[in-house]
Amino acid sequence: MKRFNGAAIGAALACSVSVPTLAAADDLTLCWAAWDPANALVELSKEFEAQSGHTMNFEFIPWPNFADRMLNELNSGGKLCDLLIGDSQWIGGGAENGHYVKLNDFFDSEGISMDDFAPATVYAYSTWPKGTPNYYALPAMGDANGWFYRKDWFADPEIQAAFKEAKGRDLAEPKSQKELLEIAQFFQGREIDGKTVYGASIFTERGSEGITMGITSALYPWGFKYENTPGSYDMEGAVNSAEAVEALEFYKEFYETATPPGYTNSYMGESLDAFKSGQVAMAMNWFAFFPGLYADPNTGGDKIDFFVNPPQNQAGSTLGGQGISVVAYSEKQDAALEYIKWFANPEVQAKWWSLGGYSAHNSVLNDPGFVDSAPFAGDFLEAMGAVQDFWQEPAYAELLLAMQKRMHDYVVADQGTAKEALDKLVEDWTEVFEDEGKL
Amino acid sequence: MTDSLANQAAQATPPRVARKIRGFSDRAIAWIFVAPTIFLLLAINIFPLIWTIQLSFTNFKANRLNREPEFIGLRNYERILTDSDIWLNMQATAHFLFWTITLQVLIGFALAWLIHRNFKGSNFWTTVIVLPMMLSPAVVGNFWKFLYQPQIGLFNYIVTFFTGGEASSFEMLGSVNLAPWSIVIVDTWMWTPFVMLICLAGLRSIPDYIYEAAEVDRASKLRQFFTITIPMVLPFLMLAVLFRGIENFKMFDLVVQLTGGGPGSTTELTSINLKREAFEKWRTGYASAYAIILFVTVFGLASIYVKALNKVKER
Repeated sequence: MKRFNGAAIGAALACSVSVPTLAAADDLTLCWAAWDPANALVELSKEFEAQSGHTMNFEFIPWPNFADRMLNELNSGGKLCDLLIGDSQWIGGGAENGHYVKLNDFFDSEGISMDDFAPATVYAYSTWPKGTPNYYALPAMGDANGWFYRKDWFADPEIQAAFKEAKGRDLAEPKSQKELLEIAQFFQGREIDGKTVYGASIFTERGSEGITMGITSALYPWGFKYENTPGSYDMEGAVNSAEAVEALEFYKEFYETATPPGYTNSYMGESLDAFKSGQVAMAMNWFAFFPGLYADPNTGGDKIDFFVNPPQNQAGSTLGGQGISVVAYSEKQDAALEYIKWFANPEVQAKWWSLGGYSAHNSVLNDPGFVDSAPFAGDFLEAMGAVQDFWQEPAYAELLLAMQKRMHDYVVADQGTAKEALDKLVEDWTEVFEDEGKL
Repeated sequence: MTDSLANQAAQATPPRVARKIRGFSDRAIAWIFVAPTIFLLLAINIFPLIWTIQLSFTNFKANRLNREPEFIGLRNYERILTDSDIWLNMQATAHFLFWTITLQVLIGFALAWLIHRNFKGSNFWTTVIVLPMMLSPAVVGNFWKFLYQPQIGLFNYIVTFFTGGEASSFEMLGSVNLAPWSIVIVDTWMWTPFVMLICLAGLRSIPDYIYEAAEVDRASKLRQFFTITIPMVLPFLMLAVLFRGIENFKMFDLVVQLTGGGPGSTTELTSINLKREAFEKWRTGYASAYAIILFVTVFGLASIYVKALNKVKER
C-alpha cells in the first residue's frame, strides 16, 4: 500500500510539473495565401513548434479567393485564424473594424522595435492611421511587383543584332517604361527556336486585384497620386492627371501590342505559366515568386534574370507583401503573440530570407552580403525604396473593385478613353468616400 | 382497411394523449401538422425577405458592424435604377436569357423530335446527349475555358479549319463582341438536354390514336405537326422555358468560371454584380435593394408567365 501511495504521489508530482507545459501548448492556425513563400513559412515554423511546444496549423487560400475568404472570416468574427498574414490594404479595415489586435503594448513589453524594420514596410504593413505609431501587424513579407526576362534570348547574338538593327541600340534590361514596351514589341510574334513567342505577360485579371496591380506599375512611374494633398481625399486632377492618362494609354498599348493572345484575364499564375512555357520574353510578377522562378529547371538558372519596374518620370513600384497580425477573435492570443515575438527575432528573419521569404528586417536587408545573396536581392532592395500602395482605407474593397471595373473596361474591353475611365474612377471613389463620411 | 388502420392507430395512442387530442377540433389538428412547415417557411424565407426589405432602406454594411446603420429612404433604389452600369448588366442578362432560351428550345425540341423517332440506338444517343447537364458548372466552365483558348483551344482550331486563317486571330472570351456569345454557347451546350428531356416527355404523352385519326382525315405531316404536336407539347415547352428562365436569370458559376464578368463588364450578369456588391464591396443595404428589385422583376415576370401557362393548359 505504501509503495502504491509512493507511486501515486510520484505520478501526481510528475503531472503537476508537466501540466503547466501542456496547458500552455496550443494548436495555432496561421492563415495566408497559397503561394511559394507559404511553403517556406511552414518549414520555418517547425523551429517555433520545437521551441514553444505549440503546434502550427496552416490555412492557405489560393490568391484569387484569398481576400473573399479571409475578409468573410474576419467580418463574421470567425475563429479559424489565430494569426493572419493579411494583405497590406486590409490594415485600415482590420484596425477600424476591430479585427486585428493592436500590438503597441506587446511590442513595448517585449522590446520589439519598429525601427528594426524597413520604414516602407512598417508604414505599409503595420500602421493605421497611415504613418502614425499605431501598429496592428509586424512586417512579415516584403514584396513588390517586378520583372523577369529570358536572359538567354537577350544574350543571343542573332536576336541582339536584329534588335540593334530595328531599334538602333543594344538589347539590354530596360531603363524606362517606354524602353520596356519597345523591347516587348520587338519580341512580339518573333520566331525563336521554331516557335512564335510574344513580348511580355502583364496583369489583366478582372475579378480580384490583377489589372489594378498591373496598371499601377505604370501609373506610379508616371507620377500618379491618389490625392492632391495626402489625407484630403481631393482626387480631381490627381487621379485623372495628364500623367495618369498617359500612363493608362501606355498600359493599353502594351496590352494590345506586346502580350500573347488570350491573356485577357491573367494574373500571377498566368504570368508564371506564360514565362515557364517559353511563350514570352518578359513577364511582370511579385518578387515573392522569383526564388521559385530562378530554381525552375527549364527556364530558371542562367536562362533568367530580373529587373526592377523601370522608371519613367520617377521610380515607382507597386507594393505587395503583408504584415502578420493577431486576430482579435482568437482564443489563443497569447500563443499567437509568442509566435510574433519569435518571428521578429533577427536570426529567424535571416533564416526566413534564406528559405525564400522576403524579410523586412533591417539586420537582413542591411547585411553587406544581402545584395549578392540572390540574383534578385538587389532589385528587391531598389524596388522597396520606391514602393507605393493602393488605398488602405476600411472601404478598400469598394475602391479596388471600382478601379478593376474602370480599368478593365478601358484596357481590355476597349471602351471609352483613358481620360473617361479615370474621370469615372474619380466619381466612383468620391461616392465611396461620401458614403464613408470622409467627404 | 383504412377504417381498421384508423382503429389500430386509435388503440395504439396512449389514453392520456388520446384524451388531449379528443379535445382538439379537426382544424386545430390540421394546424398542428402544418405548423412546423409554416414555421420553417417563415424562418428561412419570409423573415429574411422582410429583413432584406428593411435593410434596403439603410446604408448598412455587414463588414462595419461597429457603425450604426442610417435610414436613407429610397436612396438605394434611386441609385440602382439611375445607374447606367446596372442597366448594362441588365442588358447583358437579357441578351444571355433571350438567346440561351431561344437556342435551347429550338435545338432541344429538334433533338427530342429526332429521339422520339425511336431509331436503333436512340436510348444510347439519349444518354450521350444528356451527359453535359450531369457535369458540374464549375467543371464545364473550366473545360470550355481551355476549349476557347486562342492558341491551343480546340474551338478556335475547328472554326479556323472551316473558315481559314490563324487560330489565334480571334478570342472568344477576350473579345467584347464574342464573349457574350461564348457564354450563350456553353450554356446551350450544357442545358439543351434538359429542354430535350422535357420535350421528349411531352411528345411521348401524345396518344397515337390522335395521329391515327389525323391520318384517317388525310392530314399532312406538316399539318399534324402544327395542329397536334406543337399544341400538345406547348405546355411542356413553356414549363422548360420557365425553368431555364429562372435558372439563367440567376446564372453565376458558369459565367464566373468562363469570363469572370469580363472583358470589362461585357458578361457581368446581374447575379455576378449583385454578389460583388453584397460580398466583395459589403454594401449590404445597397445590395438588399438590388436583390429586391431583381426579386420583384423575376416574381412579376414569372407570375405573368405562369398565368399564360395555365391558359395554355386549359385549352
